[in-house]
Amino acid sequence: MEKRVVFRSAWLPYALLAPQLVITAVFFVWPASQALYQSVLLEDAFGLKSQFVWADNFTALFRNSDYVSSFGRTAVFSILVAGLAMGIALLLAVMADHVIRGATTYKTFLIWPYAVAPAVAGALWVFMFNPRIGIVAYAMHSFGYDWNHQIKGEDAFALITVAAVWKQISYNFVFFLAGLQAIPKSLLEAAAIDGAGPGKRFRSIVLPLISPTSFFLLVVNIVYAFFDTFGIVHATTSGGPAKATEILVYKVFNDGFIGLDLGSSAAQSVILMTIVILLTVVQFKYIERKVAY
Amino acid sequence: MLSKGLSAVAVIGALGIGTLPAQAQTEIQWWHAMGGELGQKVDALAKGFNESQKDFKVVAIYKGNYTETMTGAIAAFRAKQHPHIVQVFEVGTATMMAAKGAVYPVYKLMKDHGLPFDPKDYLPSVTGYYTDSAGNMLSMPFNSSTPVMYYNKTQFKKAGLDPESPPKTWPELEAAAKKLQASGVKCGFTTGWQSWVQIENFSAWHNVPIGTKSNGFDGLDTVFQFNSPLHVKHIAQLGEWQKSKIFDYGGRRSDSAPKFYTQECAMYMNSSAAYAGVKANAKDFEFGVGMLPYWPDVAGAPQNSIIGGATLWVLDGHAKDTYKGVGAFFNYLAKPDVQAKWHQDTGYLPITLASYELTKKQGFYDQNPGTDTSIKQMTNKEPTANSKGLRFGNFVQIRDVINEELEGVWAGKKSAKDALDAAVGRGNEMLRKFEEANK
Repeated sequence: MEKRVVFRSAWLPYALLAPQLVITAVFFVWPASQALYQSVLLEDAFGLKSQFVWADNFTALFRNSDYVSSFGRTAVFSILVAGLAMGIALLLAVMADHVIRGATTYKTFLIWPYAVAPAVAGALWVFMFNPRIGIVAYAMHSFGYDWNHQIKGEDAFALITVAAVWKQISYNFVFFLAGLQAIPKSLLEAAAIDGAGPGKRFRSIVLPLISPTSFFLLVVNIVYAFFDTFGIVHATTSGGPAKATEILVYKVFNDGFIGLDLGSSAAQSVILMTIVILLTVVQFKYIERKVAY
Repeated sequence: MLSKGLSAVAVIGALGIGTLPAQAQTEIQWWHAMGGELGQKVDALAKGFNESQKDFKVVAIYKGNYTETMTGAIAAFRAKQHPHIVQVFEVGTATMMAAKGAVYPVYKLMKDHGLPFDPKDYLPSVTGYYTDSAGNMLSMPFNSSTPVMYYNKTQFKKAGLDPESPPKTWPELEAAAKKLQASGVKCGFTTGWQSWVQIENFSAWHNVPIGTKSNGFDGLDTVFQFNSPLHVKHIAQLGEWQKSKIFDYGGRRSDSAPKFYTQECAMYMNSSAAYAGVKANAKDFEFGVGMLPYWPDVAGAPQNSIIGGATLWVLDGHAKDTYKGVGAFFNYLAKPDVQAKWHQDTGYLPITLASYELTKKQGFYDQNPGTDTSIKQMTNKEPTANSKGLRFGNFVQIRDVINEELEGVWAGKKSAKDALDAAVGRGNEMLRKFEEANK
């Protein structure tokens, strides 16, 4: 039998909803509408002259083959970042869940990187991978690999991927660990008594039971890879060499805040927003069906 | 105690400012992009001015790097919270110039307030960059530098080269690099700021245009021309040298500096203002400063090099009398002793002829050999339409385009011709957009 509370008052439900609605309006609806408005304007940097240009900013973008090619790059980057960050975090969480001695220490160390700001993380990676003075680059040179992300696009792409993944593992780890610890031990023990091995137990019991967590993290990680990674790119490669690391969100930042081309930057963020909204809808519509709450 | 102080202030306020003119110090905000040691030098300049008179107080505020300072000031202008003076780097010049209602041109400010000001006191190759086609100085030169070539004298000696005469031409440089490599040096030379040094200054130094309309000085309808046969030849040569490490690319901006510091590369082209950094980092070797190389088969080369760095722009919209203080501050900056000290402390060019003469008289160049290379190179010949400077809109982004395309050449993925053609094409699109937005 379903329990349902019915509000008799006409205004109370709205009053209770109000704080959330205000937050959504101020932090999402208003900025998003500003971006929409800005995306149909051509303006000089100071905002002294402004003209309505219909969809010129958008058509200019899609005429630009470099912009179109950065879609593919962004897709590869996002899939890699979300996949690796979640996979590694899950592995670490499963390991940490089994640790008995010094468990808190391990957990603390694994959560630590999340406290590092993206730009700082980027700066750290730049130092470690600097082709001449970086310690990691030095190690790779001694193994015979000529690491040089300043010329080689593949190296640069690997660098931003690793940096972005590293940054996100901690966050995922916390959620996975919480998810794992919420699984009743009795279930696993019962399965073990019935003769299920560790692999079988993980697949048939653990994975389905943490599926809400996994789904939540999938959405968050995709959003992270699409929106939050420009700081890392800015600090490590500035989109170079030869555009090899120019992902969509970095171009939004670079054109808007460095190049002061607000119209194009706004148009790009509208496109990016549309992509992420679509992706989230798809995730909720199709993937969420497989989630057992 | 506090309430007493407050009431005293109230009384002064009630009496009106007019009765106590000496007390009413007008504050002038100056946003700049000079961090670290340079920031301290900037603070010293503001302090020096504040102590030299009583009417105005310049407050210098560090706002981050060049881009952050400029975008910060522009955002502040949109919100009507802008400073009086903002330091803007040279590639932002066209944006500032196009902002007619936002900028108060320096020549006009000086005239409006009856302050002494003669553009002829300033180095023409510096002011040329910031002067409109009618000859009016629009902003106040502050920190200007030009690319030079640093070289490792110790490695030169070891390779059997004369450490006192660095290569003057590109063929000489190639020969020297081969000798250096034969003596065990890994790479011949590297460069900082590839667009500024190997495209923009390369063009001026060889007296060929970067774009039409006098490199953009005469109109927004300018078109890029840096895909000429000479440019293609130069970039193709660098791409070829990249393979044998006669040239080795070391990243954008000044990221290549460690290559020179660690003695991986024997020669390094970058800003004359990098002198202090090179001096601090050249611990195990002696270094010298030479001029940029040129191709000897180009008629008229070498011409003169052009500047980089920043100038001070005045933003309009404050009370009229505060601008008198801005003018007075600019005149203070241009004083020979103030300017000479700034030049000697930082490695930036002296912006007035008098401060150059003073520095010479003080024997600074004799004690620090090579520090006058930049001035000699800037004033090598009377600037032409090709070597006065450049003025292109959206140039911050266009430099990124040039960086990207050149990186394609260094990686061996693109031919020099394809890369320069693509850079010109993509750059022109951005120029048209700027023209459209500033019609």
